[in-house]
Amino acid sequence: MTSASPPIAAAGPAAEPSALAEISQETLALCRRLFVQLVRRPSTLVAGVLQPLIWLLLFGALFSRAPEGLLPGGTSYGRFLGAGVIVFTAFSGALNAGLPLMFDREFGFLNRLLVAPLRSRSSIVLASVLYITAMSLVQSLAIMLTAALLGYGWPGGTGLLVVLVTLLLLVFAVTALSLGLAFALPGHIELIAVIFVANLPLLFASTALAPISFMPPWLGWLAALNPLTFAIEPIRAVYSGSFHLGDVVLNAPYGSLTAGTCLGLLAVLSAGLFLAIRPLLDRKLT
Amino acid sequence: MIELQHLSKRYGGGRKSQPVQALDDLCLSVPAGCLYGLLGPNGAGKTTALRILCTLLAPDAGSVHVAGIDALAEPRAVRRLLGYVAQEVALDKILTGRELLQLQGDLYHLRASDRDARISELIDLLVMDDWIDRRCGTYSGGMRRRLDLAAGLLHRPKLLVLDEPTVGLDIESRAAIWQVLRQLRDQGTTVLLSSHYLEEVDALADRLAILEAGRVIAEGPPQELKAALGGDRVTLRVREFSDAEEAERVRRLLKDCQGVSRVVVNRAQGFSLNLVVENDGVVERLRSQLAEARLPVFALSQSRPSLDDVYLQATGRTLMDAELSVAGLRDAKAERKQAMR
Repeated sequence: MTSASPPIAAAGPAAEPSALAEISQETLALCRRLFVQLVRRPSTLVAGVLQPLIWLLLFGALFSRAPEGLLPGGTSYGRFLGAGVIVFTAFSGALNAGLPLMFDREFGFLNRLLVAPLRSRSSIVLASVLYITAMSLVQSLAIMLTAALLGYGWPGGTGLLVVLVTLLLLVFAVTALSLGLAFALPGHIELIAVIFVANLPLLFASTALAPISFMPPWLGWLAALNPLTFAIEPIRAVYSGSFHLGDVVLNAPYGSLTAGTCLGLLAVLSAGLFLAIRPLLDRKLT
Repeated sequence: MIELQHLSKRYGGGRKSQPVQALDDLCLSVPAGCLYGLLGPNGAGKTTALRILCTLLAPDAGSVHVAGIDALAEPRAVRRLLGYVAQEVALDKILTGRELLQLQGDLYHLRASDRDARISELIDLLVMDDWIDRRCGTYSGGMRRRLDLAAGLLHRPKLLVLDEPTVGLDIESRAAIWQVLRQLRDQGTTVLLSSHYLEEVDALADRLAILEAGRVIAEGPPQELKAALGGDRVTLRVREFSDAEEAERVRRLLKDCQGVSRVVVNRAQGFSLNLVVENDGVVERLRSQLAEARLPVFALSQSRPSLDDVYLQATGRTLMDAELSVAGLRDAKAERKQAMR
């Protein structure tokens, strides 16, 4: 072993599996671990469904007597609220993406992964993204089903696809943010604090609970810049029954946005955030 | 197998913390097939050196080669070669031991069939079959350490690195781990372990290096290091409970004896006397001189130099004293941050 001959070559280049095979092996293994944790300790999943469910029931009841015609298009408040709560569910689920990673950092499990000859350390991030995406979508679906049972409607066919794509784009963006925070912050206390503080204000400063026309101008501006709004409005359009990419779904103080523009903005945001956290991940993972 | 050349590493030095020179021009060479011990008090730089070797940490200066591969240039090739058993055992409480090993196997890209066969092998080797399918959260310290050792051995590494593998373990688990380490060495695996237990390094290691303040201050096989000191250690008590005055009188008497050196009064041990004698004849002469001076001998013990004496010789203090002096200086929070990524 003291010889300088690389022992890798001893295994023979033919025995070296492809990068893709190795990356998928490590990513799947890491992902499986997260799902096993979820199945054996499902409280996060349950809480993630319960909280928006309570929002839906309480806020739905609170504003059920809102005067007719107050909301644009004369929709009922429950139907209006549904889109907001669905987006909120996916959002708060994805906001927790960084937590398992933070615990792995703190308990030293990450070191176990970093000592292993991972083909790409992006596998660690990729596994988190896959896991949190699946979990957020399951939670959102549970809320959609409940909303349907409450009589707030169900998006059929292409509508469902639009909802899915919208949620995916939002979940990617928020997951990137949360994973970045998991590496930037010193510990889980700080991460939970940021999640706690970010969660509700972002909900209130969006069009989840009320349309922009209800808001004082400054709040309207905030809501019109809030990424949650870009996800809520296309889904709301789907729930109102008529959806076209070119339809205006948001009358923002700075102009009107079509559904397509909203989705485009979300896509740009996701890509931008992943690019933004890349240097941080590279630094922490090498 | 391992060549560490002129490694330096400094921590901290931010607004609040004083910089700590963890490694200071450390050089270390570990031959292949050797069971090698790194001995030193807490804070001597053992963990930092091992973390750099295992590619978890980049040194400020110096080079790291494992089996001829530059670990700083090709970390992944080095990671494949080595198994690392960290000091703080990081297990996933929710997974079972078997699931953890399977995950580990996938991270090292073993084929599933190969992986599971190897896991069965290790379960037998480390006697884990009673509890391997229970969740890691329920394991005792000894079980956790054995599982961690299994994880480190899973991919049949050429080099196994263990950071204080037996700290806080019961005697049975410790013996089991020692046995496995010896077995591995006999099969040709290079084993590098750090420890602040003298007996452990003495009993296990083929060679050892003593670390102090981030540098190697003594290196070689334990027998040679001990033999190089020469002389025997003698502890003498004239009475069960002596006093300072009497002890001082005996000390003056003994220090002029031929073949006797380094006579000190050990206050902590009831004013007994510690001294070094050249050979057995000196002890006999001591006895007769004491008899002449009408001093009784309550107890007299003689021993070959131990590793503790080697340490004392090299640093001027015992390992125990070194441990105690750093105990209050360590900053648990800062250390946790260093270990975090």
